[in-house]
Amino acid sequence: MQIYLPIAEMSVNVFLILGLGGVVGLLSGIFGVGGGFLMTPILIFIGVPSPVAVATEANQIVASSVSGVLAHWSRGNVDFKMGAVLLLGGLAGSSFGVWLFSVLRDVGQIDLVIRLSYVIFLGIIGGLMFVESLRALTRRRNPAAARRKLHKHTWVHGLPLKMRFRKSKLYISALLPFGVGALVGILAAIMGVGGGFIMVPAMIYLLGMPTFVVVGTSLFQIIFVTANVTFLQAYANQTVDVVLALLLLTGGVIGAQIGARLSGKLRGEQLRILLALIVLAVCTKLGIDLALVPEDIYSMGYSE
Amino acid sequence: MSGRRSLVAFGCLALLLALVGPGRASPLVADLSKHLVAITTAFAGSDVLLFGAVEEPGDIVVVVRGPPRRQVMHRKSRIAGIWVNTATMTFDDVPSFFAVAASRPLEEIASDSVRKRNGMNIEDLVTLPSAKGSENVRDEWRQALIRNKQREGLYQPQLGRVSFSGPRLFRSDVFFPANVPTGNYQVQTYLLRDGALVSAQTTPLIVGKIGLEADLFDFAHEQAAFYGLIAIALALLAGWLAHVAFRRS
Repeated sequence: MQIYLPIAEMSVNVFLILGLGGVVGLLSGIFGVGGGFLMTPILIFIGVPSPVAVATEANQIVASSVSGVLAHWSRGNVDFKMGAVLLLGGLAGSSFGVWLFSVLRDVGQIDLVIRLSYVIFLGIIGGLMFVESLRALTRRRNPAAARRKLHKHTWVHGLPLKMRFRKSKLYISALLPFGVGALVGILAAIMGVGGGFIMVPAMIYLLGMPTFVVVGTSLFQIIFVTANVTFLQAYANQTVDVVLALLLLTGGVIGAQIGARLSGKLRGEQLRILLALIVLAVCTKLGIDLALVPEDIYSMGYSE
Repeated sequence: MSGRRSLVAFGCLALLLALVGPGRASPLVADLSKHLVAITTAFAGSDVLLFGAVEEPGDIVVVVRGPPRRQVMHRKSRIAGIWVNTATMTFDDVPSFFAVAASRPLEEIASDSVRKRNGMNIEDLVTLPSAKGSENVRDEWRQALIRNKQREGLYQPQLGRVSFSGPRLFRSDVFFPANVPTGNYQVQTYLLRDGALVSAQTTPLIVGKIGLEADLFDFAHEQAAFYGLIAIALALLAGWLAHVAFRRS
């Protein structure tokens, strides 16, 4: 069954889109990730124009983050103060990102920047995750291995504008979460991701937040940042396709529920290795596409 | 389907012939099975039937042209191992869609100058001012644009068929793919004899989104801010519903 997408201006198979939403939702349910970093490249692979893919995916992430954050909120796992500071950075970063997006589109470099950002970030994150989970597997076999120090003092603790975050049990400079939020905001606007896959490690390793508040707080600020991206992309570029977003959502919600149930029955480290491999596979595919001689070195850009 | 359509077409044709009448003989009459290609939710491309009649036997050429657009083209070259757009060319005015059909191969029907003058070759319609580089360079860009448009199915690479039923009645099918650009199209029908133009007729055709598709598109463009807010509200609602459903089960 074909459906015509009014903004993407193309005809797609309904079941293909529902299925893709479902598979990515399943993965996000199992691994507790947003799935934007998988969905946006897949949409681009099936021929959705990249500006529409990025903007529409931001819209979908609003929905998946809301259902996630409500679950964490009911368990009290959201640090709203930290979330607010991250959010301020995120709003600034994503607004800048949407502007940068239009500029790059006008000079014909947006596709390259999107693909390069994916290759770089998926490569780093996938690689780190792979190494980390391999190490965790060997550590379990060798329980005498050294433990990480709980709290280390580094240069980041010397920054001004210190603030107390009770829930996270931290007393750090507000500049730090603001900066993290801003960086992730730019990526959200350009890559069509929530940015959880960068935000979560940054919160744990850079800010030193306790793990139990990390996911909820990250989701909390992702809602607002992706909502900001959705609004600005719709306003400035008219690239949000609600029909596509609703189809992806429907598949995603169902997939995520099944995934969340499955995740309890699977082992953590092996899951992480699997996710790392998926991330690295997407990264490799995008990287190869950039390096291979294109089918045609000429391509069509903007038309009006 | 096709049978019924031809029946309708020839019905219309009979009417046309009656209107034209034997007294004021027109050398060529042609019309389309529909004047609006409606892009609806289920749109996956559409065929339009062109039909007509000629007073005396001759050759028919049908040219379908989409609304002119500005089109930017990019050329990649390799930088540090990856392919990057390094050159850009803007065509100010090229047809967004182009298809030609004829009753015989074009070269046998029409002289070079007739083809050129009446825009039967896409090569003559995709042009760049001479200020934009040497002849060779411009030709590369033009060929590239045509090739890319053909790959998207917007320029038809092959000559379509105009078939005659008897000496006077002709018909031709034009296919519009799902990614067809919207706007006002021109369908030109030419009657030629011995390589020279005898008569021509222009029939307008509109390709447009209608119903929900049109409403959403117009809404997104005319009230962009409000559209953005609605998109967010829908997402929030969907997320909340998912949470509720998840908690219950």
